[in-house]
Amino acid sequence: MEKIIAGKTIHVNEEGYLTALSEWDKSIASEIAKEEGVGELGDRHWQVIEYLQGQFKQEIPLSIRKIGKSGVVGIEEFYALFPQGPLKKASKIAGIPKPASCI
Amino acid sequence: MNEYNGEIKKMMIILSKASLENVYAAFILANGARMEGIEAEIFFTFFGLEAIHKKKLEKLHVATVGNPAMHIPTMIGGLPGMEAMATKMMKKEMEKLDIPPVHEFLDIMKQSGVKFWACKLAMEMFHYKEEDLYEGVGGVLTVGEFYKKGSVLGTHMLFV
Repeated sequence: MEKIIAGKTIHVNEEGYLTALSEWDKSIASEIAKEEGVGELGDRHWQVIEYLQGQFKQEIPLSIRKIGKSGVVGIEEFYALFPQGPLKKASKIAGIPKPASCI
Repeated sequence: MNEYNGEIKKMMIILSKASLENVYAAFILANGARMEGIEAEIFFTFFGLEAIHKKKLEKLHVATVGNPAMHIPTMIGGLPGMEAMATKMMKKEMEKLDIPPVHEFLDIMKQSGVKFWACKLAMEMFHYKEEDLYEGVGGVLTVGEFYKKGSVLGTHMLFV
């Protein structure tokens, strides 16, 4: 379905995840971050977002374990940056699909 | 169930067994809760204590006897080496699915904010000392103290 975020019409699924990463930009990410209660995005957030998008483009499935080994962010910081379900929230903000992993 | 419209806010998981399949069930449930923004605490009691015992946690096995789903006859499941073989196979499959080994899993959960508690009575029964336990364990509690930690709306308790 269509949704207007940051003044742009983009396509999202019923849970609000972008269906095409090509429609993503930083203003959209900032808007979703506010909606999700993550607040203002800082440098660390952007570095994590960039990493997640990179993994998605390489078709590597995401998990908390991989995040911890990424060298980009530790698990503790990841939870602090994106509280209340970090992998889901960060993926939504990064414009990539909801991760299907249980770990 | 009207509190928070039945939404789960906290999972209190009681782990009473040390077979690998039970330990992983508890760990995956706790970690999965944190990934959804749900609080999670694990109370290790009886044999479940082995999962946080420094010297034992790397040596946990899959149960091959008394487990019909293994499809191994009980007599054969009891032969020397069977548990080790089944455990090795299971660990291989788990690694493929990116499921971490026990110690690493404890680290991940600790960093994710899962709280670990050891059962006081079981500690005394097995003559374990706090220094025998994984360093991320928050303390040794009585059952009553554990219940108190779960005395918030939206808490669910689970016995594994």
